[in-house]
Amino acid sequence: MTSLSTLDPERSARPPLRAHQSGLMGRAAAAASTPGGAIFLLVGVLLVATIVANPNFGDPGVLIRFLGRTAPIAIAAIGQYFVIVAGEFDLSMAAVVSMQVVLAGNLIGDDPGRVIPVMCLMLVLGALIGVLNGLGTTVLLVPSFIVTLGMMLALNGIVDYVTGGAAAGNPVDEFREIGRGTIEDVPVVDVIPYPLIILTVIAVAAVWLMRRPFGRSLIAAGDNPAAARVAGGSLVWLKMRAFVLSSLSATVAGILLVGYAGVHPSVGQGYEFAAITAVVLGGVLLGGGRGWVLSAAAGAFALELLFTLLTALGIESTWRDTVQGVIIIVAVALAGRAWQAGRRPSRSARRAEASTDSSTGSSIQPPSPGTTTGDS
Amino acid sequence: MRRSKFTAALGVAAAVAVLGACSTDDTVNDSDDPSGDGGETTSSEEWFVQADYDEQDAQRDATFEGPAEEPWLQYIDGEMTDTSAFATKDPQKVCFSNASISNPWRQTGWITMNQQLEVLVENNVISEMETRDADDDDNTQIADIDYFIAEGNCDVFIISPNSTAAMTPAVERACETGKPVIVFDRGVETDCATTFIHPIGGYAWGIDTAEYLIENLEEGDKVVALRILPGVDVLETRWAAAEKLFDEAGIEAVDYFTGADPAEIKKIMTDELTKGDVHGVWMDAGDGAVAAIEAFEDQGVDYPVMTGEDEMSFLRKWEETGLNGLAPVYSNFQWRTPLLAIEKIVNGEEIPAEWVLPQIPITEDERSDYLEANDGMPDGHYAKFGGEDLPGYPEVWQDRIIP
Amino acid sequence: MTAIDAPRTRQSRRLTSTGIVYLVLLFTIILGTILTAAHGRSFFSTGNISAILTFTSVLGFIAIGQTLVILVGSLDLSVPFVVSLSSVVAGGVMAGQSGQVAPAVLAVIALSAGIGLVNGLVVSRLRVHGFVATLGMALIISGYLATNYQGSHGSAPRSFRLVGATQIGPIPVSTLIMLGCAFLAIVVLRRTRTGHHIYAVGGNNEVARLSGVHTAVPVCVAHVLCSVLCGLAGLLLLARLSVGSPTIGSQGGYDLMSIAAVVLGGTLLAGGKGNITGTLGGVAIFAVMDQVMSVIEVESFLQDVVRGLVIVLAVAVYARRDIERRPAPFERPTGLDAALQEAR
Repeated sequence: MTSLSTLDPERSARPPLRAHQSGLMGRAAAAASTPGGAIFLLVGVLLVATIVANPNFGDPGVLIRFLGRTAPIAIAAIGQYFVIVAGEFDLSMAAVVSMQVVLAGNLIGDDPGRVIPVMCLMLVLGALIGVLNGLGTTVLLVPSFIVTLGMMLALNGIVDYVTGGAAAGNPVDEFREIGRGTIEDVPVVDVIPYPLIILTVIAVAAVWLMRRPFGRSLIAAGDNPAAARVAGGSLVWLKMRAFVLSSLSATVAGILLVGYAGVHPSVGQGYEFAAITAVVLGGVLLGGGRGWVLSAAAGAFALELLFTLLTALGIESTWRDTVQGVIIIVAVALAGRAWQAGRRPSRSARRAEASTDSSTGSSIQPPSPGTTTGDS
Repeated sequence: MRRSKFTAALGVAAAVAVLGACSTDDTVNDSDDPSGDGGETTSSEEWFVQADYDEQDAQRDATFEGPAEEPWLQYIDGEMTDTSAFATKDPQKVCFSNASISNPWRQTGWITMNQQLEVLVENNVISEMETRDADDDDNTQIADIDYFIAEGNCDVFIISPNSTAAMTPAVERACETGKPVIVFDRGVETDCATTFIHPIGGYAWGIDTAEYLIENLEEGDKVVALRILPGVDVLETRWAAAEKLFDEAGIEAVDYFTGADPAEIKKIMTDELTKGDVHGVWMDAGDGAVAAIEAFEDQGVDYPVMTGEDEMSFLRKWEETGLNGLAPVYSNFQWRTPLLAIEKIVNGEEIPAEWVLPQIPITEDERSDYLEANDGMPDGHYAKFGGEDLPGYPEVWQDRIIP
Repeated sequence: MTAIDAPRTRQSRRLTSTGIVYLVLLFTIILGTILTAAHGRSFFSTGNISAILTFTSVLGFIAIGQTLVILVGSLDLSVPFVVSLSSVVAGGVMAGQSGQVAPAVLAVIALSAGIGLVNGLVVSRLRVHGFVATLGMALIISGYLATNYQGSHGSAPRSFRLVGATQIGPIPVSTLIMLGCAFLAIVVLRRTRTGHHIYAVGGNNEVARLSGVHTAVPVCVAHVLCSVLCGLAGLLLLARLSVGSPTIGSQGGYDLMSIAAVVLGGTLLAGGKGNITGTLGGVAIFAVMDQVMSVIEVESFLQDVVRGLVIVLAVAVYARRDIERRPAPFERPTGLDAALQEAR
């Protein structure tokens, strides 16, 4: 073993790691060049483009409301992130949203007193679905794609059967306030929608969670399941928690959507593909092991901004799908290249290392920021 | 390698040969190629058939034969089918090929139809009704109809086609069995059926709604049209008529496809509202109307002039907000008529070859009556469901148990 | 070699996942027969068998293609839209004239092969995961269809419609064509080098690349064949419907159903292991299930629940087992052996 050993007395004399050399701007620039960081640039570009296309959109009041209405899909994207970074899929999200929305409508009805108990029931059911998904994947060893697909079919069928295909009606306003209400009379932005606050809380919690051992193990499990199993710790419990988080986030999204959109069985349709698209746009690799949770949320914003931009430009609504498809492929292709480029040292860096690092022949490059373990 | 390449080439050749070899007889069919190749033509141009438009426009003011308090039996006088050949005392086995029950309008109609069935079974007109649900898939529905022909032992066929052109050959095959065939809701491109039951049609809907908006708005005002899906003919004709009228009246109309998702509807309305004023909202189906109205509330702007549908959610929100609106209907009670037509057929009575049912929008004056009559019904229920005199009223519709 | 050989001969007695699939199919048929009889009909009547086999035709084409793609380690979510696009393009070219049948078929094959090639290149060269690449392609085609086609388009002449309508006894001609394509696919997988490479790349992309396989080729071949098979499915649907329809693919939910059929048939979703025969078994299970539920008039919402449960439970039954391995590279079995190998 050589110079990288901690016992080497010459180590203290070595120049600082390249990653730590540049100042804040340098590190920010480096971060922005990773897929996880680039999504924020994309969000910025889309935002500017939308404001150019529709100047009214630049109004802070309008902007903040836009953020509020994107909160449900962003929360769903965060939930889907946990599952994807662990190397799995959750296709049952839309069905969970739909089920929760209909439950809220049918069980709460006109009785404000029922709001809290029904909400607890919804969270419990959401967690239960996550547990079932997790069990199917880890104990029955059925691929998560199939488990969640089956769950989606079964849930949709049960919900439709029980409700006769149409919900009873919108629940009482107190419950809908969660998704529709705002803090009034805020300077500059005029209102702060509750969903935005909830999203912020969840985002902070998600970042915190990913820094904990749970988050680290999740990424390890996604990166190399065999190694993670051998390293100890229960894969079953780990993945179960990822699925539970995913279903719970779908539940929260459902609660917000009841407020925003009202109760209807088709609320939340397509959410699973939208969430996976958002996560993938955010540079998280399908197959797991790489990616940053806030990038997934940013991916959701990018997607919504794209749709708003298309509406503002007056593009025929039937072309929206095509634009979305092209963007997805291009974004993921670029992200894939960037992840790979980050692993291999660039030629100039290697030369620099070789010249400054006179005591060793090693040209091992410290990994550039953002390419390792979804460090936040 | 050579062998596998040779095998592969042989295989491809064989496949093409098999596919091509089927054309033995050279009868050239009429190519009815209604739509041109892609291009930038506005979508509704291809759907617009002036003759149908004019016909339905006239039918809006036509007199209907039959009892006014039983609109599901009313019809416009015209060519009648002679059913004396089918007269019989035996209870009939009915085979019903249903496109789907995938939206609240169809679910409401399905419940009503089953309650009507109860009455007719009790009166020994019908012995049983076997149903196959095609889940919105043309291919499945064709297979369903073929199955009925082969195995169903059917005395009567009722077909609610999923789409017009695709279902035509299957309906023709049903006609060839010699048994009575009743087509309702969406039509097919053949008139071999004993009767084709439907309300006036999409153009009439478009005319009623567009005229209402035009009367209540000014030239240069903006209308946002919320449409559910492209390519469904009963919906496309509605927009085709409305777009034409908006164009002629100088109203700026912009249309979006929403998939009937209330969240999408609200987003689209909000985006439009941030672009500028929206004076009117036109919908080709009432599902999700509430979300559109709420978008105006959330933005704090005045309510638009709006046309929805006779779905309870819209009627209730309409009353609550007091906005200026109209509820067009696509008469949900048409689900009763096919079974009642069977009653007439087995009695040898003549029935209209094309049974056009009345299609009367609900105006503000009538709204409260309908709201009262449908008080405990779920939001997805349709006011003109026509089932008030059927057994199980009102619980069956309130509980909304799908049969 | 002998140490490796010995378990294989013992293994030939064990039930492979393909065997289990067919056992499940048998069980489903028996259950179906009982339920159908309880409803007063015969399961084995011409009409019933014909309905089941008609179902297998369309889904079969798509599932065979999906098998190839999944074997190579990718996924194809664009199948419903390729089917729809094929049906409208063919309908438009044919325009009701039997002289135009051949050009229409060739146009469809060329178009779908092109789409498959793009899919394959995006997956292999741009290194985008199959899920994302084909989801993107699906959206692209979806937008194109929604903008340019507002309803049924074109028409098929009577001569072409015979393909969808002719039957030999209870067996539709379309099913026979589908089985022919299945046989061709089996031959490609078992007898050609590309076929072996498909398994290799699906099993472990890196190892295959290091072994000298140009990994882009099997991936592209698999995607091209999948899309061409979807084109054939679109042609079949055109024959049955007599018109092209821009929504016929999405109406059938073929993307998720084909993946479910493939996994149900014992193919590993991660790639590298599995076979076509199992997929056909999976398709048949769905067909029998659907038909029986329709005959006994299970409510359509509950049918979805049953489908979902069956998918998960059936896959769970053999998910823990060893899935049949690909054939040893040094064996040169005859055609019959290859077929038996498939069935083992």
